[in-house]
Amino acid sequence: MATMKALVCRECGKEYPTKAIHVCEMCFGPLEVKYSYEEIKKSISRKKIQDGPHSIWRYADLLPVEGPTFLGPHAGMTPLVRAKNLGAYLGLDELYIKNDTVNHPTLSFKDRVVAVAITRARELGFETIACASTGNLANSVAAHAAAAGMRAYVFIPGDLEAAKVLGNLIYKPNVVEVEGNYDDVNRLCSEIAGEHGWAFVNINIRPYYAEGSKTLAFETVEQLGWRTPDQAVIPMASGSLLTKIWKGLHEMKYVGLIDEVKTRINGAQAEGCSPISTAFKAGRDFFKPVKPKTIAKSLAIGNPADGYYALKATAESKGSMDMVTDDEVVEGIKLLAQTEGIFAETAGGVTIGVLQKLVKNGTIKKGDLTVAYITGNGLKTQEAVIDAVGRPVRIQPSLAAFEKTFKMGKNGGGDS
Amino acid sequence: MPNVKVHVQFPENKIKEPIIYQIGHEFKVVTNVRRADVRETAGWMDLELTGDSTEIDRAIAGLRKKGVIVDPIELNVVE
Repeated sequence: MATMKALVCRECGKEYPTKAIHVCEMCFGPLEVKYSYEEIKKSISRKKIQDGPHSIWRYADLLPVEGPTFLGPHAGMTPLVRAKNLGAYLGLDELYIKNDTVNHPTLSFKDRVVAVAITRARELGFETIACASTGNLANSVAAHAAAAGMRAYVFIPGDLEAAKVLGNLIYKPNVVEVEGNYDDVNRLCSEIAGEHGWAFVNINIRPYYAEGSKTLAFETVEQLGWRTPDQAVIPMASGSLLTKIWKGLHEMKYVGLIDEVKTRINGAQAEGCSPISTAFKAGRDFFKPVKPKTIAKSLAIGNPADGYYALKATAESKGSMDMVTDDEVVEGIKLLAQTEGIFAETAGGVTIGVLQKLVKNGTIKKGDLTVAYITGNGLKTQEAVIDAVGRPVRIQPSLAAFEKTFKMGKNGGGDS
Repeated sequence: MPNVKVHVQFPENKIKEPIIYQIGHEFKVVTNVRRADVRETAGWMDLELTGDSTEIDRAIAGLRKKGVIVDPIELNVVE
């Protein structure tokens, strides 16, 4: 396969071999993968994709791997749900939910990026895989490493909640609790990645890792019958997911799978950590770092690596950005659960909250074919909604008590 | 000789100060600016610091003390 041509600096354009490097030696700009689209175009087709595996690997021609062995064989191909109830509630004719709450194996979109990262890491000869994470990424790295028989190191801040630590320990990676805050873990991991010969998925393997997010764009287009949506609403942490969905849509055009990209890309953040959305609303092309304070912890990146590129992609697409309060995040989670039966984590609440705002202010119109990206499962962040979902109805163990509580006659019917 | 790549961000009230010059004089490090964008209300630099490890650590602490934000070149990597 090997459709990768090189790694290329996103700033100065200098090219590098496809090794485990991530920063341009000339200008210190970030590197990304460059492909031979003309070569890919000769062999790729809708039929070839549809005949491929029911996973992200059906798009292997457009992913930064050599193959033919792929790790994380079940990641991706999550449902694109026609959200009729939520659409009716919001006043949208054609709303879809890209439902990565059921991604395999760890119920978040991170399984896509980690599957690509670990496959490439193995191809480059690494035996140890590592990451710095507070949640979904750690879960995914630990699970993929266990399945692949690779050594794993997961670095977490010392004050992480017990449930999240357990979610990592079960796969038996080396979980390293760093005494200190987020910034201390961040700095230490950057240093370790520079010193040890490990594949740090979101540091020295980042150019490959980030490409996995493109599969959300590929799947959306295929599941819509080879059409791009009019509007996409995407949660932003580092901003990488948004930029890669934008890149993925265009790659499908470059290789002849679709004729046009007509999508407006819209970014969503929580107010307590919204450096990118704040910059967009202020009309700036640069963002100012913030100290995160939000329940949407999976989006809490105060100094986002791809923030600048997310602003650029959104502007290119003529899209928009917005942010919601923590209360609106909770309401968003409840609204999605109660209309579509999908329990999302807090990032999903951010996406639904911002979707609602963009419809209300007329950015997204009634007839727009809209896709909202729901990136993680609500079972992972139950603490966020524990005080907002009410209590069970408690009754004595008798038929009379039940019928009285629910105001039922002998023939059923009634309601509480 | 060890070298460290950092991303430095200047708040509006620090933009006019010659902070990189001062760091080069106050600590035994060579400062090498590779990329920068400095405007009226905000600015950033991608900077290489070369010197002994302890002196680099002291220079980074010195930068922070002067009121600028210093991050690894990758920015935030904890996801």
